[in-house]
Amino acid sequence: MTGETAFLGVVPGGVTALLAILVPLVGALIIGTLTHRPNLRETATLVTAGVLFCFVLSLLPEVLAGGRPGITLAEPLPGIPIYLEVEPLGLLFALVASSLWIVTSLYSIGYMRGNQEKHQTRFYLCFALAIASAMGIAFAGNLVTLFTFYELLTLSTYPLVTHKGTQEAMKAGRLYLGLLISTSVGLLLLAIIWTAQVAGTVDFRPGGILDGNVTGAAAGLLLLLYTYGMGKAAIMPVHRWLPAAMVAPTPVSALLHAVAVVKAGVFGIVKVAVYVFGLDFLARESATGWLVYASGFTILAASIVALRILKNQGNLKRLLAYSTVSQLSYVVLATALYSPLAAAGAALHIVAHAFGKITLFFAAGSVYTTARKTEIRQFRGIGRRMPWTMGAFAVGTLSMIGLPPAAGFISKWYVLLGAFQAEHMVAVGVLVISTLLNAAYFGPIVYMAFFQDEEPAAQPYLGGGNDLPGSHGHGEAPLPVVVALTITAAMTILIFFFPDVPLALAQALVEGVR
Amino acid sequence: MLNHLPILQVIVPLMVAPIAALVRRRGGAWLLAVFATWTSLGIAILLLRQVLDGGTIIYSLGGWAAPWGIEYRVDMVSAYVLVIVAGVGAIVTPYALMSVRREVGVKQAPLLYSALLLCLTGLLGITITGDVFNLFVFLEISSISAYALIAMGPDRRALHAAYKYLIMGSIGATFIVIGIGMLYIMTGTLNMADLAVRLPSVGGRTVSVAFAFLAVGISLKLALFPLHAWLPDAYTYAPSTVTAFLASTATKVAVYMLVRVFFTVFGIAFSFQTMNLDRVLLPLALLAILSASVTAIYQKNVKRLLAYSSVAQVGYMILGISLASVTGLTAGLIHLFNHALMKGALFMAVGAVMYQVGSVRIEAMNGLGRRMPWTMAAFVAAGLSLIGIPLTVGFISKWFLVLAAVEKGMWLVAVAVLVGSLLAIVYVWKVVEAAYFRQYVGSLEVREAPLSLLLPTWVLVLASVYFGVDASLTAGVARMAAEFLMGVAP
Repeated sequence: MTGETAFLGVVPGGVTALLAILVPLVGALIIGTLTHRPNLRETATLVTAGVLFCFVLSLLPEVLAGGRPGITLAEPLPGIPIYLEVEPLGLLFALVASSLWIVTSLYSIGYMRGNQEKHQTRFYLCFALAIASAMGIAFAGNLVTLFTFYELLTLSTYPLVTHKGTQEAMKAGRLYLGLLISTSVGLLLLAIIWTAQVAGTVDFRPGGILDGNVTGAAAGLLLLLYTYGMGKAAIMPVHRWLPAAMVAPTPVSALLHAVAVVKAGVFGIVKVAVYVFGLDFLARESATGWLVYASGFTILAASIVALRILKNQGNLKRLLAYSTVSQLSYVVLATALYSPLAAAGAALHIVAHAFGKITLFFAAGSVYTTARKTEIRQFRGIGRRMPWTMGAFAVGTLSMIGLPPAAGFISKWYVLLGAFQAEHMVAVGVLVISTLLNAAYFGPIVYMAFFQDEEPAAQPYLGGGNDLPGSHGHGEAPLPVVVALTITAAMTILIFFFPDVPLALAQALVEGVR
Repeated sequence: MLNHLPILQVIVPLMVAPIAALVRRRGGAWLLAVFATWTSLGIAILLLRQVLDGGTIIYSLGGWAAPWGIEYRVDMVSAYVLVIVAGVGAIVTPYALMSVRREVGVKQAPLLYSALLLCLTGLLGITITGDVFNLFVFLEISSISAYALIAMGPDRRALHAAYKYLIMGSIGATFIVIGIGMLYIMTGTLNMADLAVRLPSVGGRTVSVAFAFLAVGISLKLALFPLHAWLPDAYTYAPSTVTAFLASTATKVAVYMLVRVFFTVFGIAFSFQTMNLDRVLLPLALLAILSASVTAIYQKNVKRLLAYSSVAQVGYMILGISLASVTGLTAGLIHLFNHALMKGALFMAVGAVMYQVGSVRIEAMNGLGRRMPWTMAAFVAAGLSLIGIPLTVGFISKWFLVLAAVEKGMWLVAVAVLVGSLLAIVYVWKVVEAAYFRQYVGSLEVREAPLSLLLPTWVLVLASVYFGVDASLTAGVARMAAEFLMGVAP
């Protein structure tokens, strides 16, 4: 811990990291007491999100200057504390999650009220708890701390997935909880205890802790336990929970199942690769090469599923979910190249995908709120009625495909450079093919929305939603929704032009490793 | 006075028990029980501190030295178990007041408190004594009073359950006394410390047979698979208070008995190298964990569900012990404490449901999440601990257990432990889904349980979180006890 102070020059950085967990917790408590005063409750959410972002941002100068502020909270097991430490990758994740929480809170106001959702207090409360857990994951200083907050994140998002309380939601909830907890307890915990046993520590350290403690097939097996143990990273075949979780209200899908939860998974994998194994060690071992193929397969297979959904003109959120599965594996693939450049690409892709995908979900939710449309076939001509929404959607797709001027281009560039540096032509091939596949399943939706004519009103809807009176004479979504998705779309483009902060953190991550 | 703490530990509940049965004033018996249990807890804590400071305490009854008189011996292991048993007693008695009034009735209540105190006496006695025959006597005291306690259940099936336990328990006790008799024939002593010294030089078939009798008898008492048949019925039909008490103490003391007899009396070398006890216990423990967890999933009655879960949890303790390493033994002993906390809380939460709703079937829990928020929140929190979520005691147990298995390179065992946790998710979540996602259908106006039921329940829940966040005390004591048993302590 450096002597520097972070927030307003008075609070040490370690304490700020703790505050980043406490602020949303306190926010949750306040939200819980404001059940009957919705306006005040939503204000509380927004203020909490804003304060949290300021705290996280205040850590930036110190971390960029090379500081690694930390704080020990408790010591549940002898020699294994619950310990927070801020390092570049974690800060990057925390910045993304906390900044997008502000926007999502704004969006939620329009969405939850527009759809007259029930149990809104529980919704905002659990949301704040989920963010607190995500902050804990971001700043976790050792594996046990990471595991603790990882489980808390699963538990706090469970009521959000089952929010509607229908049979379908309950079934999805079972799958969600079942898959995420069984992989984490069955594989991740085993991997952590194995690590503790051979390395004598579970701390995250630059250069890793396993070098010299495991070799050969054991290293490959341990990596397998870690990768599939982080079920939140949704590498096939443990991806099924993600499409199922789409029954949740759209703000949940947007922030949690495109950003906080899924990114917690890939973030964990990057962190384990960099700080537990060490990239050099992974590159030296031959038994760890399988990860490129596992993630490459997931990238392509998930894209093909998405393509099939497009062909059947199915549910848009489902398509987005499979797109997320595919994009998450980009991060894993980049990590699996075990080259510093690709690792920087992995960190950047966590950011780039977050802004792009949240925009896409916001747009999907915006259409649902305004027009009750959920299926792709209903999207014909909707771009003319909702130009802002579908404009933002188009920006999001650019980022997914990896075209300039969207953030996705930068991260993909680094990953590709890394693949060339590692001379891994399979990875290069996967990246190229998947780019084409992304274009193939996102392009037609944008085309339909802007250049095809709307279906005649007489034809009944085939999809879910009720045909509310006047739903065909609709225009744009409620103002908070439009503002929110415009902001995220703008950010997607701005990151392309001003990638300084993410880039600096990604470089700090890679430099810390060497 | 402080010198006589070992005998006071047993004598206080023993003396108060008959008085409690005779008191006619309403609530008088309860007050006496509260007094006796809290005094016991105080004594147990003082004893633990004395042992931590000054090492093993040896107390000769009536001043008669060991081979002739009975000796009480308080070392790290027994002091630790005494605190657990007395602690559970002290938490359960305040809870009993309302629950017993509703389930057993005012008329029989004094008898219940009296039997409860006798049972406590027996359990504390087993733990504190250094004499094998005295151990058998206390075992009978605790068992017979337990039969009576179970038979007081509100349902007539309780009688059948108590009868079944009576038959099985008596067989177990008979096996134990036969084993003790054989040891006495071969060595001429009943004192544990003496036995430990003489047995290695005696050896022979009789000692091996005695070993086998004791192993089977104790396994019956601790409901080790497949000798667990008595337990589910007994836990299901006993009054809620009794179930909470027995689930957190009786099997724990039986586990203590196992540790005491096989580690101290027979010695590790004989038990694990000559007799290969671990080759029997380990597979049985694994079977207990897996089969009982699966059976729990199919239960419709929550008390029975938790009873099967207890059989599985006993499996975890035995598993740790059968690894016969310091880490394994630490895991087994720490789970002794941790399981007492979480199972106690779970049974007490279910008891609160019984109090308000009058049934403990899963359907009866439908929609209770909104009607009894505190009770169900306690259930969920303790249930998460059972699953082994971090920041709860269950996680600490799992950590040590898996660590011990990995240390020995027993990967399948490690996986089995984790599979057991996954099965726990399924059976805990059955109740959670009923309470939070189904509609309440009852015609009665059901409200939150009274404070006197909630408070003790939450004390255990909070304790299970506290010792999950900071296990230095429990893990420290359990480790010291394990090192003492393995003979690596100073």
